[in-house]
Amino acid sequence: MKENVGIVIVSHSPDVAKGTADMVRKMVGTAIPLAFCGGNPEGGLGTCIESIIAAINAAWSDRGVAVLVDLGGAETNSEMAVEMLPAGRRSKVVVCNAPIVEGAIMAATESWGGASLQDVKRTAEELSPR
Amino acid sequence: MKGWLVSSVVVNHEVGLHARPSVKLTKLAKGFYCNIEIAGTLTGPWFNAKSIVKVMAVKAGQGTILHLRAKGGDADAALLALSTFVSQDDDGDTSDAAGG
Repeated sequence: MKENVGIVIVSHSPDVAKGTADMVRKMVGTAIPLAFCGGNPEGGLGTCIESIIAAINAAWSDRGVAVLVDLGGAETNSEMAVEMLPAGRRSKVVVCNAPIVEGAIMAATESWGGASLQDVKRTAEELSPR
Repeated sequence: MKGWLVSSVVVNHEVGLHARPSVKLTKLAKGFYCNIEIAGTLTGPWFNAKSIVKVMAVKAGQGTILHLRAKGGDADAALLALSTFVSQDDDGDTSDAAGG
């Protein structure tokens, strides 16, 4: 079976992360690697680098992993999580500059079709405000 | 329009070609090798049916006519599959356990 780019969803809210992942599964399907995380370890709003690393590893694909984030800290923590990955994996993970829900659906659809990591990222980012 | 096979169908989906049907149409289109484009009018602009962002941007509502065109080896089969999908009034089960 062809490998597809993995999708990771990182939100400040566990509910938003889970809901976004639900939308991806229901709209695009379960054939692509998908993982999500949200909230800080205390259960409040926030993001946690360890959880992001775990999600990236859970959705791992040799084709690469595209990370969709919501606000500020989700982006900076995701970038730090990527920095902390083993060197061999680091270059295969990108954080997309795209709205989290729409970007996740677009990225997942593109990944489903067998697109490269660069194409998945570009498709998600086509939606970004200019 | 040289080389293109064209088909025009009425969008019968209850909510039109919105988010979920758009994803399904794009996935369907990606299964063919030929070039496939869609448009709201025959004079264009034409959009790549394999691009989810473009398909969603067309925003074809229920009852509107969607034009499809295809060019390449499996263009016949692609047009048939896509027109059938667009003219359905229900996109059915969206699960994709067998897909990919």
